[in-house]
Amino acid sequence: MDPIIRIKNLTYTYPDAPGPALDGVSLDVAPGTFVAVLGSNGSGKSTLAKHLNAILLPQSGKVLVDGMDTIDEGSLLPIRRKVGMVFQNPDNQIVANVVEDDVAFALENLGVEPREIRRRVDEALKQVGMYDFRLHAPHLLSGGQKQRVAIAGVLAMGPEVLVLDEPTAMLDPRGRREVVGTVERLCREKGITVLLITHHMDEAVRADRVLIMDHGHIVMDGTPAEVFARADELRALSLTVPDTTALIEKLNAAGMHLPLSALTPEACAAAIKEALS
Amino acid sequence: MSLLELRNLTHVYSRGTPFEKVAIDHLDLDIGAGETLGLIGHTGSGKSTLISHLNALLKPTEGTVLFSGEDIYSSKAAMRHARFRVGVVFQYPEYQLFEETVYADIAYGPKNQRLSQQEIDRRVREAAAFVGLSEDQFNRSPLELSGGQKRRAAIAGVLAMEPEVLVLDEPTAGLDPAGREDLLEKLFAWKDASGGTIILVTHDMSIANRCERLVVLESGRIVLDGPPEIVFAASEQLRGSGLDLPAAAHIAGLLRRAGVDLPAAIYTVDQLADAILSLRGKGGRPC
Repeated sequence: MDPIIRIKNLTYTYPDAPGPALDGVSLDVAPGTFVAVLGSNGSGKSTLAKHLNAILLPQSGKVLVDGMDTIDEGSLLPIRRKVGMVFQNPDNQIVANVVEDDVAFALENLGVEPREIRRRVDEALKQVGMYDFRLHAPHLLSGGQKQRVAIAGVLAMGPEVLVLDEPTAMLDPRGRREVVGTVERLCREKGITVLLITHHMDEAVRADRVLIMDHGHIVMDGTPAEVFARADELRALSLTVPDTTALIEKLNAAGMHLPLSALTPEACAAAIKEALS
Repeated sequence: MSLLELRNLTHVYSRGTPFEKVAIDHLDLDIGAGETLGLIGHTGSGKSTLISHLNALLKPTEGTVLFSGEDIYSSKAAMRHARFRVGVVFQYPEYQLFEETVYADIAYGPKNQRLSQQEIDRRVREAAAFVGLSEDQFNRSPLELSGGQKRRAAIAGVLAMEPEVLVLDEPTAGLDPAGREDLLEKLFAWKDASGGTIILVTHDMSIANRCERLVVLESGRIVLDGPPEIVFAASEQLRGSGLDLPAAAHIAGLLRRAGVDLPAAIYTVDQLADAILSLRGKGGRPC
């Protein structure tokens, strides 16, 4: 299948910056993939994300979304409909006083017919589990609920790609579970391609593919099991590994033989139990 | 006598309106000098309301706060005093930088304390050094700093008041793992050097498990209070409060449920690895 996102040799330098934020990045993403993007602050993750729906345009190289070049002005609207963005702070993304008005905001701006707006808003709110809150005031919701409303606002546009830039950084554990669970479900059940930028290794463990960025380059690319097995290299990049990996490393160093692919607490416990009996 | 004593502390928002909300509910808490206390609880559990009382930013609806035995609400002077002795760093403090230069921003607190120019200068330099902000940044606009530097500048501004108690609300949110570790080390180093007290408000269990004492809030009440090994042993209750267990405690729980005989107090990766290896040393789990 053709990639939904194709990036070729993308380079971008911010004005007055000492070096490039992105330095020759190439990447293909197959439709329906759940991709997690990790990297230390300043590694280029957010700059990459902003190229995916033409908030930033390449200074050299190319970004193609479903075959459309982001530099082509005529493709701007179709690209923005295909690629929805969700940012870190839910309070900066919510504009209306009622949840369902907020989700309808973009559709109203596009002049979509009212009955169609109703249908799409209801469906989007159901998909994120916020339908029962449709008449609530957003500012009285929890952080996780607000982020799910922000995701619904993007979903109402019918995107094929969802790009989330640290959507859980301001949330408590319950909120994080709600948001990551919602995103994962949208990928698995609706086939939406997901790019999740995060500092939380336990979120990355649930992805199909993990990208590690450093100084504007993609330095690792593989399944979570492949990437987290390279623990020493990750530490050298100022990143950590999931606690499950750290535990298995310690046990293996003491002579046990556990698979580094046991990344969830459940898989890790099962592997240890088997090795002990 | 404890350094900070919360007595029957109650705070009700929007009292007498349909939006009335009891954020802190008849809460008693003693905090000793030199403690490292983690305050945990999900969003809306009352953490931020609670810490806003520690330096008299909010007035309680009922009850009070004592600092070294003195009621911090007893007079304007006492409230002012509390504000300097208890330094509060709120969430995302980088949004609260406002002066024209980094130096002026860090000096803002001590200036309000009406200290001599010389003393202010000493404190600004010392606080900046503590958070790892170099002096060649002093004349820049705080808005030109990187995110991590802004956070350090904001924390330096509170340290420059030389508080006895440092309260930080999610100080590491949004930082990468190396930045998180670096900041925590600096905070613990400040505590060791100053003999101060640290109160960390956090959702991050890998930070919480480095505190000596954890207090779990739920609906404005304390539901758990004790050292990490005791608090993390109450896994069901923590999950019920919308919180996570540290991964090591979670895995230990799964193993126990599967019949592996592990000791109760496990919440770090090292503890869990040692416990598993000692079982293996005995030739595996007794059947």
